[in-house]
Amino acid sequence: MMRMLKTMPPTAILGVLVILAYAVIALFAPLFAPYGEAQIVGAQFEPWSATYPFGTDTLGRDMLSRLIWGARNTVGVALVTTALAFGIGAIAGLLAAALGGWVDLVLSRLVDVLMAVPALILTLLALSALGPGVMNLIAVVAVLDSTRVFRLARATAMNVMVMDYVEAAHLRGEGIWWTITREVLPNISAPLIAEFGLRFCFVFLTISALSFLGLGLPPPMADWGAMVRDNAALITFGDITPLLPAACIAVLTVSVNFVVDWMLHRASGLKD
Amino acid sequence: MSAPAARRQRPILRMIVGRLGIGVFTLFVISVLIFLAVSLLPGDIAQQVLGQSATPETVAAFRRELGLDQPLIWRYLDWVGGVLSGDFGRSLANGRPVAELLAARLGNTLFLAAYAAVIAVPVAVGLGLLSALWRGSWFDRIANVATLSAISFPEFFIAYILMFWLSVRMGWLPSIADPGASPRLGEMLSRAFLPAITLVLVVTAHMMRMTRAAVVNVLGAPYVTMARLKGVSRWRVVTRHALPNALAPIVNVVALNIAWLITGVVIVEVVFVYPGLGQLMVDSVTNRDIPVVQACALIFAAVYILLNLLADVLAIATNPRLLHPR
Amino acid sequence: MLLNIENLKVEPRGEEGWTPILHGVDLKVARGEVVGLIGESGAGKSTLGLAALGFVQGGLRFAGGRVLFDGTDLLQLPERQRRAFRGRRVAYVAQSAAASFNPAWRLLDQFCEGPAIHHTASRAESENFARQLYAAMHLPDPEHFGLRFPHQVSGGQLQRAMVAMAMACKPDLIVFDEPTTALDVTTQIGVLAAIREAVETTGTAAIYITHDLAVVAQMADRIKVMRHGREVEEALTRQMIGAPKQDYTRSLWAVREFRRPERALPQASAPAISIREVTAGYSTLDVLSDVSFDIPRGATVAVVGESGSGKSTTARVITGLLPPRLGSISLNGTALPPRLAQRTLEQKRAVQMIYQMADTALNPRQTIRQILSRPLQFYLGLTGKARETRLMELMEQIELDPARFLDRLPGELSGGQKQRIGIARALAADPEFIICDEVTSALDQLVAEGILRLLSKVQDETGASYMFITHDIATVRAIADEVVVMKGGRVMDRGPKPDVLDPPRHDYTRELLASVPQMDPDWLTHRIAEGRVAGDEP
Repeated sequence: MMRMLKTMPPTAILGVLVILAYAVIALFAPLFAPYGEAQIVGAQFEPWSATYPFGTDTLGRDMLSRLIWGARNTVGVALVTTALAFGIGAIAGLLAAALGGWVDLVLSRLVDVLMAVPALILTLLALSALGPGVMNLIAVVAVLDSTRVFRLARATAMNVMVMDYVEAAHLRGEGIWWTITREVLPNISAPLIAEFGLRFCFVFLTISALSFLGLGLPPPMADWGAMVRDNAALITFGDITPLLPAACIAVLTVSVNFVVDWMLHRASGLKD
Repeated sequence: MSAPAARRQRPILRMIVGRLGIGVFTLFVISVLIFLAVSLLPGDIAQQVLGQSATPETVAAFRRELGLDQPLIWRYLDWVGGVLSGDFGRSLANGRPVAELLAARLGNTLFLAAYAAVIAVPVAVGLGLLSALWRGSWFDRIANVATLSAISFPEFFIAYILMFWLSVRMGWLPSIADPGASPRLGEMLSRAFLPAITLVLVVTAHMMRMTRAAVVNVLGAPYVTMARLKGVSRWRVVTRHALPNALAPIVNVVALNIAWLITGVVIVEVVFVYPGLGQLMVDSVTNRDIPVVQACALIFAAVYILLNLLADVLAIATNPRLLHPR
Repeated sequence: MLLNIENLKVEPRGEEGWTPILHGVDLKVARGEVVGLIGESGAGKSTLGLAALGFVQGGLRFAGGRVLFDGTDLLQLPERQRRAFRGRRVAYVAQSAAASFNPAWRLLDQFCEGPAIHHTASRAESENFARQLYAAMHLPDPEHFGLRFPHQVSGGQLQRAMVAMAMACKPDLIVFDEPTTALDVTTQIGVLAAIREAVETTGTAAIYITHDLAVVAQMADRIKVMRHGREVEEALTRQMIGAPKQDYTRSLWAVREFRRPERALPQASAPAISIREVTAGYSTLDVLSDVSFDIPRGATVAVVGESGSGKSTTARVITGLLPPRLGSISLNGTALPPRLAQRTLEQKRAVQMIYQMADTALNPRQTIRQILSRPLQFYLGLTGKARETRLMELMEQIELDPARFLDRLPGELSGGQKQRIGIARALAADPEFIICDEVTSALDQLVAEGILRLLSKVQDETGASYMFITHDIATVRAIADEVVVMKGGRVMDRGPKPDVLDPPRHDYTRELLASVPQMDPDWLTHRIAEGRVAGDEP
């Protein structure tokens, strides 16, 4: 472990620290936030002061508290969505690679069709049909993002499926689940973990963008994307407060990307 | 030479026609998807548009007017027939023909995308190439960190930073990008500059990373080493040996990113209030203006599929194995 | 002296203290002389050959010594001046022609590039010279051959085209780096003849790198043996072949000399495996046509053929991975269901397979214990103490120390050790019949000999029957009882080894044996004189 830490570039170390900080804040939000999520504490757009370190927002709620609560909401929803997308995509991809035949054909064609249209467009389409709401948001984004996980899982799994040791297992008469879990999965865990990080970034940015467009978490939930939009008017007055939630998004995404980049670099450098 | 040449060209033509066929088929499937997505609503669209207080008779009449009482397959064919003849229906929000709304907006969006592409592509490909050639150098490492950060920032963050800095603080550029009716080119260029630059920053980062990866891959090929062993200069190795083979993957990268550009405009148009197709779609989604949403989705999808098709065809056309089969 | 390499040291870049690739090696090549460099993989031959061009691969650097080419020390020159030598005074022929040609250029253009950048000839002169060389190498349609692209040309032709390209600037020295290693024997002989002729007629000096002593005996005047980046021995060819001084040199043709001791085969009523009139293929294409042969109980049957002969496909049919369109397989007299899924556990247990590449045959994320325990548990239902005991027995049988190896991952073992584990995995099932698919082809000679000894010992102990798939005649002579010769999916000849091989009965067998390089340095000369060397391969 110590040796690994020594070989990490400063960007990756910084990334890990930031991720840990976000995790702590998100988990213990009630302990950190001075005020409630929807609590109106002052007048609209009060300037930065001792009582309200980042001022108040368009309805008079404390920005700092909303930022902290937003961590839990935004990151939490993104994490759940990524986990769901990953679960669906990885299982489907592994099955497609392991079973082959018409299962592979049907799933691959389905994914091709879903990926033939830009995700944002399909998301907007689906959300306009289903309507707003946290569950709809999670479901739509998860299903559309699972396509990319599917492609990666399938591609890496297929590389393993052609190996002689998988054929040896097949000749023994091992069942499909044994082959997937014992032969294939341990050999693709590294790229899958890296992909989880990348997917999280993508999902996180997508959900923030949707919130920014007004299609994300419903009010009065604190949501970084929506917070940018709600307070955007301040920018024209030279106040950078609305950039803070955007910065929070950016910092987490950058950190995860740095860590994943280092993981991929390390994996490609070491021979299999 | 004509008969053997014709025989040699047929496999390529067949592949290209095949790809075209797949493209058209995909568009057809997408159109069905688009149609079904909004038609299988939980809840009734007519009810939602008219509101809770509407009487059952009004709702029924509205449904008949919208054609919602017809079986699904007729409604679909109706819609497709209309689309193919240029009729996208009427907007539920203001009753105007959707085609009217689309025309001007589509032009604006394409202008913005082209504006960004013209700047982004040469910069990205050039920087990506240099990064690959000077792999491991300070230039490469800084570029890696910079592009990694750029693709991690949400587009609206970059948009607002630029707006804050260049427009509000410096006052160099207008923050609202609406060029008004029939503007001059100069006016268009200055108004659309901020949204275009925002797009450029994000797209360039993606394209540069992918270009670098493609070129590094080609530079590692054994025939590149062989050229060096023949005494070929480094410059010549890159331009005459590596680049011709990197052309296909780079073209692929560019086409993919330009296709992405088409959707990246959505956020940027909203931030800068630019009257394009993206902003129209977002507004319509919020208003649940279904015909407009369907039309916008179809247009975006068609452009995207077309660009991917182009990338596919170019990849085939630049592959020497396919150009000169055995 | 044309080339004089003195005390050359090469080491991995930036890693002080790691094992250097070359430990201070000398090499002298006079004008017009051919020097053979021979050794196993990892000996440093390629690195030494590239050093003659003043080139070192990525990740390595020169750490000492001199490379004097015609009096000039290449290592002292800046890169730009070294380039002037490369291609013009000293040229390189790589192992894989398919990867070394630019796929986007025509062959002729790649030929003419050298003279163009070194200004040794005009375009017209280069093209003319190219056509002459193509004709001299017996390439088809020499006038227009250069207009083709690399992917339009077969492997053997491409290799010859690369030799021609190396001669484009009429260099003083050509380095041949394993040029025929990846080719079939029948293709190889054509390329060897072409190289010999080209080098002799132009009087070019050459360094010929290979791991096959029989090949280098045909091509070189003098041979240097290398091991682990050091010189082992150097002598004139005839002297080296006739009376090598070092034991290590002897061991380089270990497999050729190995002969399994004579033994009596057990009498049995039914052959272990019987293949009858099998025709099999994929969708419309038939890969096997009317294949029939038997594998007697306790015997080793070698299935010999070149690439595309159908050897591996036959194995797939026997294991049930590829059900045949026609014909049948039987085990000990009873018919085997054609499809793997239809077979019982017992039938699956009885037929085992050992693979060529141990890297892909063992799951890199499972320990040796896990790899070997699974078949014990799956087939024989062994658990706990009984399984542990059997594990120990297996490790003993394959001559590996259980304490050292059981809890390791495959990546920590050498190639030979991994192959032994592959054998143990097959033995764990207590099989009656084992298919050995090119199990020694990827191994160095000494290690391969060890594996062949082990397999013989195991057969004597267990009485299992082997189907030994190989393309190497020396291996066949070493361990086979019976031989099956295949070509193009058909059986050309089959029978006891002495009947099929000594002397070769069938025309194809004769052609195959005639193409295998012998230790006699005059072998190739005789072949060329007899006109046995075809210009092209089918």
